[in-house]
Amino acid sequence: MRYLDEFRDPAQARALAERIHALSTRPLRIMEFCGGHTHAIMRHGLSQLLPPTVELLSGPGCPVCVTANRDLDYAIALAQQPGVIVATFGDLVRVPGSRSSLQRAQAEGGDVRVVYSTLDALALARAHPDRRVVFMGIGFETTAPTVAASILQAEAEGLSNYAVYSAHKTTPAAMRAILRAGEVGLSGILGPGHVSTIIGSAAWEFLPREHGIPCVIAGFEPLDILRAVAWLVELGETGRAEVGNAYGRSVTGEGNRVAQAMMARVFTLDDADWRGLGRVPVSGLRLRPEYARFDAAALYPLDPGPAAEHPGCRCGEVLRGTLLPPGCALFGRGCVPAHPIGPCMVSAEGACAAYYAYGERP
Amino acid sequence: MTERILLAHGGGGQLTHELIQRVFVPRFANAALARLDDAAVLELCPPIAPGTRAGRLAFTTDSYVVSPLFFPGGDIGKLAVCGTVNDLSMVGARPLYLSAGFIIEEGLPLADLERAADSMAAAAAEAGVSIVTGDTKVVGRGSADGLFINTAGVGWAPAGVDVSGANARPGDALIVSGALGEHGMAIMSLREGLPIAAPLRSDCAPLNGLVEALLEAAPAGAVHSLRDLTRGGLAAALVELAEQSGVGIELDESRLLVRPEVASICELLGLDPLHVANEGKLVALVAPEAAEAALAAMRAQRYGSEARLAGRVVAAHPGRVVLRTPLGTSRLVDRLVGEQLPRIC
Ligand code: SF4
Repeated sequence: MRYLDEFRDPAQARALAERIHALSTRPLRIMEFCGGHTHAIMRHGLSQLLPPTVELLSGPGCPVCVTANRDLDYAIALAQQPGVIVATFGDLVRVPGSRSSLQRAQAEGGDVRVVYSTLDALALARAHPDRRVVFMGIGFETTAPTVAASILQAEAEGLSNYAVYSAHKTTPAAMRAILRAGEVGLSGILGPGHVSTIIGSAAWEFLPREHGIPCVIAGFEPLDILRAVAWLVELGETGRAEVGNAYGRSVTGEGNRVAQAMMARVFTLDDADWRGLGRVPVSGLRLRPEYARFDAAALYPLDPGPAAEHPGCRCGEVLRGTLLPPGCALFGRGCVPAHPIGPCMVSAEGACAAYYAYGERP
Repeated sequence: MTERILLAHGGGGQLTHELIQRVFVPRFANAALARLDDAAVLELCPPIAPGTRAGRLAFTTDSYVVSPLFFPGGDIGKLAVCGTVNDLSMVGARPLYLSAGFIIEEGLPLADLERAADSMAAAAAEAGVSIVTGDTKVVGRGSADGLFINTAGVGWAPAGVDVSGANARPGDALIVSGALGEHGMAIMSLREGLPIAAPLRSDCAPLNGLVEALLEAAPAGAVHSLRDLTRGGLAAALVELAEQSGVGIELDESRLLVRPEVASICELLGLDPLHVANEGKLVALVAPEAAEAALAAMRAQRYGSEARLAGRVVAAHPGRVVLRTPLGTSRLVDRLVGEQLPRIC
């Protein structure tokens, strides 16, 4: 366990916590963009190590959670089409849409398959030449390149029965939307580790430049996160706004050029619907017209009907950082992981699921 | 040419008879089975001195559907014997007799069935139980995945032994018998073809010897609760015990043993070792004054050599399990909602 121990060493964690306590004099509100960070923070109880001046808020970085009901409803409608197999990551099947869920569509005879990667989806397409396999492309810049690669692979193989429904989203656009809305006075951003591996730390320069707030990119181990928080506290105390990279072992300034090129080749930027943020300009990735024959949206122009969210579910606010999960009246009462009402209680990266699994309960 | 199971092997006729005579009777060799009556007729418990109470019967059943059928450290046959032996042991009973029901998919190589039966025989011999009755069915291709096994088991709980998930009391010491997650990760790494240096071995083992040693070493009534760590891992076992006994449980993360190879695969797959299955480990809740003796007795056993104190039962937060992390923080531990890993046992 050497690799892990290196990033979980209690003595170093204590030293960092002491440093944060010593540095912090003024209130600092930090948003961790990424749902993976929320889970790590809750799992290791990291907020217990911080002074009351430092507040951590979870953000919109949970791919399943930000997927709009319209996109879910579309997937459900698609699963009911004869000759279609919907391939998707596991979390998505349990998320309630406006009227049903993929899980329910499956029980009612729709063909929904849970896959672990696009490789599995391609294999499904090869195994079922008489059916069309549609992969539900959700997620951020971390998953989009692999989905782009799967389309290029299908093209190379002449696999004409493979398609993608792209509801991919770009992270800086969401951050920008939250800051523009100005509902939460944020004094720092804990930058997403995996996303930044792809897009590079330079992609966050707009935060200090346009919004005057610092961003420090962090890995997912306790020491990674504490180091980044200490850095943010230091910047906050000295009034400096800049981008810091506390995840240097994975993230570079320019990111992964190959993955970026792959995305650019297959996708083009477009406006996109986000749960909690509504329609955000140039925040989604749509397939380029050259790849229309792999684009489920073009192949199956279905109208899933009007989208409706559960009136009591406050996922939108949780994703914007204006509400902590225990603040939702349904949290732990009507809404529990076994019977989720909103996606934030389903996903492995959802804030409600993290608070429920590791934290307080009513 | 590979000999394979045919539908006719399950038809109840000559081929069925031949299969049973060839595969099972010689391997599970015992008088009760060899009679091949419709039911085995058994001695209920060891002879007891006149005037003492006879004790009670323990009875359990479980079905085994693991994929793949064979894995490092075990196979479906070993699992089917150990799982039922362990279930009996966890109520303090001495496992005596097992039944075995086989649901075989048409086309299964006969050698695979023989190999599984060999390990059943070996595991039964190690645990000191007899497989005394059974059943064989063959289903068409696609109706099963190779081989499913059901075992039921009967055990004898001596008078005075009262081990139950409902018996935990505040103050009890929590002992875990060894390293976590080894069965689940062995299966998972095999199934996912993960790039690891050495294959992980499942810890699948019969625990009745360990439990007997523990019960012998601790004063009567001091062993309150036992659970083997199967699906859902240590987390599920502890939440169950906390709920059943209406007590709180505190767990010290730094005292738990997780081997580096298991930890790194868990990290890779985003799993928590607390939720990953074992098949040869148990958790014991023991009266505090008996903890030392219990621990020493477990450590002297092959399957308990790495046993350790890892927490305690408390009166606070009844029904909940709280983990103290090495960082000095704490958090809740809960069972998982869905299947973390399908078909591992
Ligand atoms: S607790 Fe449930 S209902 Fe409330 S915001 Fe979270 S997911 Fe929605």
